[in-house]
Amino acid sequence: MSDKTSVIETHKLTAKDFASSQDVRWCPGCGDYSILAQMQRVSPDLGIPKEKFVWVSGIGCSSRFPYYMDTYGFHGIHGRALAIASGVKIANPDLSVWVATGDGDCLSIGGNHFIHTCRRNMDLKVLLFNNKIYGLTKGQYSPTSEKGKKTKSTPFGSIDYPFNPIAVTLGVDATFVARSIDRDPKHLQAMMQRAAKHSGTAFIEIYQNCNIFNDGAFLDFTEKDRKADNIIIMEHGKPLVFGKANDKGIVLDGFNPKVVDLSEGKYSVNDVWVHDEFDRNPARATILSHFTEMEGFPVPFGVFRQIEKSTYDGDTHDQIEGYIKVKGKGDLDKLFMSGNTWTVE
Amino acid sequence: MEKDVLILEDVTIRFAGDSGDGMQLTGSQFTNSTALAGNDLSTLPDYPAEIRAPAGTLYGVSGFQLHFSNSDIQTPGDSPDVLVAMNPAALKVNLKDLKKNATIIVNTSAFDAKNLKLAHYDVNPLEDDSLEGFEVVQVPLTQLTMSALESVSISIKEKERCKNFFALGLMYWLYSRPIEATVDWIDEKFGKLPLILEANKKALMAGYYFGENTELFTSRFHIEPAKLAAGTYRNISGNEATALGFIAASVKCNLPLFLGSYPITPASDILHELSRHRNFGVKTFQAEDEIAAIAATIGAAYAGSLAITTTSGPGLALKTEAVGLAVMTELPIVIVNVQRGGPSTGLPTKTEQADLLQSVYGRNGEAPVCVLAAATPADCFDMAVEASRIAIKYMTPVIMLTDGYLGNGSEPWKIPPADSIPEIPVHFAKADKEFHPYERDENLSRPWAKPGTPGLEHRIGGLEKAHITGHVSYDPDNHHFMINMRQDKINKIQQDIPDLEVRGDQSGELLVLGWGGTYGAITEAVTKATKVGYKVSQAHLRHLNPFPGNLEKVLRSFKKILIPEINLGQLAKLIRMEYLIDVHSYNVVRGLPFKASDIEQKIIQMLGEKK
Repeated sequence: MSDKTSVIETHKLTAKDFASSQDVRWCPGCGDYSILAQMQRVSPDLGIPKEKFVWVSGIGCSSRFPYYMDTYGFHGIHGRALAIASGVKIANPDLSVWVATGDGDCLSIGGNHFIHTCRRNMDLKVLLFNNKIYGLTKGQYSPTSEKGKKTKSTPFGSIDYPFNPIAVTLGVDATFVARSIDRDPKHLQAMMQRAAKHSGTAFIEIYQNCNIFNDGAFLDFTEKDRKADNIIIMEHGKPLVFGKANDKGIVLDGFNPKVVDLSEGKYSVNDVWVHDEFDRNPARATILSHFTEMEGFPVPFGVFRQIEKSTYDGDTHDQIEGYIKVKGKGDLDKLFMSGNTWTVE
Repeated sequence: MEKDVLILEDVTIRFAGDSGDGMQLTGSQFTNSTALAGNDLSTLPDYPAEIRAPAGTLYGVSGFQLHFSNSDIQTPGDSPDVLVAMNPAALKVNLKDLKKNATIIVNTSAFDAKNLKLAHYDVNPLEDDSLEGFEVVQVPLTQLTMSALESVSISIKEKERCKNFFALGLMYWLYSRPIEATVDWIDEKFGKLPLILEANKKALMAGYYFGENTELFTSRFHIEPAKLAAGTYRNISGNEATALGFIAASVKCNLPLFLGSYPITPASDILHELSRHRNFGVKTFQAEDEIAAIAATIGAAYAGSLAITTTSGPGLALKTEAVGLAVMTELPIVIVNVQRGGPSTGLPTKTEQADLLQSVYGRNGEAPVCVLAAATPADCFDMAVEASRIAIKYMTPVIMLTDGYLGNGSEPWKIPPADSIPEIPVHFAKADKEFHPYERDENLSRPWAKPGTPGLEHRIGGLEKAHITGHVSYDPDNHHFMINMRQDKINKIQQDIPDLEVRGDQSGELLVLGWGGTYGAITEAVTKATKVGYKVSQAHLRHLNPFPGNLEKVLRSFKKILIPEINLGQLAKLIRMEYLIDVHSYNVVRGLPFKASDIEQKIIQMLGEKK
């Protein structure tokens, strides 16, 4: 036999190779376009062969995502994307399985699957398109809409408290929890790249503008004039400082965070809380996750927490291999004859 | 004292006691030993939904009925010849079911004032004439167990719990059963608890020797082995047979088996059994709910596994939307529904056949699926293989119906050599030509393209698909076309399933048509009616959607059709609707299998009393 060397892929894939032939049908100006573009941009360089990508989604605007990626794709039913994706991943752990889901799909009808997928550390990459509104059903409030929000279904204002998806994932000890935003392509790409490399459930909440039903929901985090005072970029090993002149910082007083002015002289950057993404204790990340509900606090972007744990799909595989080692590969005749048998001549 | 041995043809025994008395264990041990003695047998476990209902109460009574014989038998027996009653409540609940002159072995130790009151007895039935006509054998089972275990240093409570083994030992002696398999079972089960092991074994042996030494029994019984077809047998329940059937199918189609499931009575045993066989590469996923279970199953099918989900009626209701997704994406999955009493939570531990219409029609839109039903516990094996074959060949969801009686009931299974089970061919799409996910083969099936295959990247989903390309399509003509295409595909399965066989005359006055778990009772009823001279034939459906191709011809060959069902006439409705042929429905929905004698009476009624 000749010593064949394996065929080397010479054609370097580009973002275009990840765009399907289907016309993208989101509303012009929708934040989803940016998310799609960033995903197509990072995909060629993740070190994953194109045929190993599987995109799974549920129902909603975000869930049309798989149709636009030229990979394997499965557009499921409302709320069930994570469950379908779990089946794909357990069946073939060799695949890189991604989920596109929205605040209604993931947190309302799919809330149960969301909690349990994170809890199991199923090796899935989950992009939550959070626009804080129901788009495809034309403008009802969603589980992440702020209390008091007036929508088609809440003419007197919503009386629901909003869901905090980051806090929930930390609560079930999810292994990769991050937040990004449609209007910051570089940051979003960086988060996608890190999620791709993570082993286990990688969850990114992406703030995404719905310019039809909830336009401007995230202006505070995107507009040059106010952005710097309203967001804080979390980076591992770096102090949590923010503000136009990096003149504000977060100081932790026991369990209580506070925003301090670094220009007055009372506090210096040495007093500021240094972010540790890899802290096994979820307490600090959980405190960060609640900044969204705290008056005067900046909204954190970046990785809240990343830890290492074995994955459900990996453990399934290991159990099978381990048991085969002990018992030998299954033999049907032996299986049928197990237990008490008798023979009739 | 040597006792006489009387030879019997067949016996039906019912063990009854508190849910905590271990009656199911006692029954299944007796069954196992009876199988090893070479008898044909059929069992009917009947237990309450409460795990440990308050002791002594009427609603806490758990029973296990076993019919065994020296010849081929079909049912667990209409009415017991022997009742073992561990307490007054067990006596009261079961008395009405017994044969005239039945033997009742009562645990007199439990007939105290408290238990009599709990069973709503004003007077001790052992002391008045209410048991007249029965042969009552009074044995202080608890007391005898306690004295047998005097030397074992375990608590009084633990000693008391061994009384079921005393009763089992006594019944082993009375019916000349081999005791060794139970001894081995105790050794294995309690290997780590030497005192409990010793106690149970002592109680078992004490019961056995009590039978030999007591003067309560003047004779013991013997039932010759049945003349079953040559081969190797084991006793198997429907749920075990279902599990083994899917493992066999997975080997035969050379695909890993994936089970997505959520625990539900009476289907959980399939999950338990499959989860033990990791060395066959079986991946069992206990999901967070019924919907996740089937959704993951669909995902696993998409990824190229033989993917199944197991449930019971309420679970199938929850899975409904996802079954539609599998119809739209045309992926091969099998959904096993071990039917139980409904509606809603209904009767979780009891049997029923009322999910037929739910299975055939219960989805939004035109969403046809293939529906099969197993006829006996052992037949669950064959139907699991058949369901897998059809799902893969036709790229369709298949619903396999069994029921609580089949799932929990057991019978001898003639073990097939593995190589006698036909291979199930699988043809994954290849990238050697232009790929269209909704192009169809001669079976109208679309290609199965496994993620990970270079060049076949494609998208599918729940939105309507364009013919051939599989792109999302809102085109009216395409929708009409695809609706018909999906139906045609299911109809086409008819050419690939066996004709319906008729037992008895191929035409005549009366055909009894059944489906699912009523097979045994109908067979016995038809056999008995035929023996006494009635002209009656029998046919049993295992394929319910589509029906076998010759069904209409069979139906038109008989003047009258009788359809016994444990529902309000669901198959009868389908038959009338499909063929415009009228049928007589016989419906009893009590959460229990039919009694063969009731069906026999119905046959006699329809054919007229013989003069």
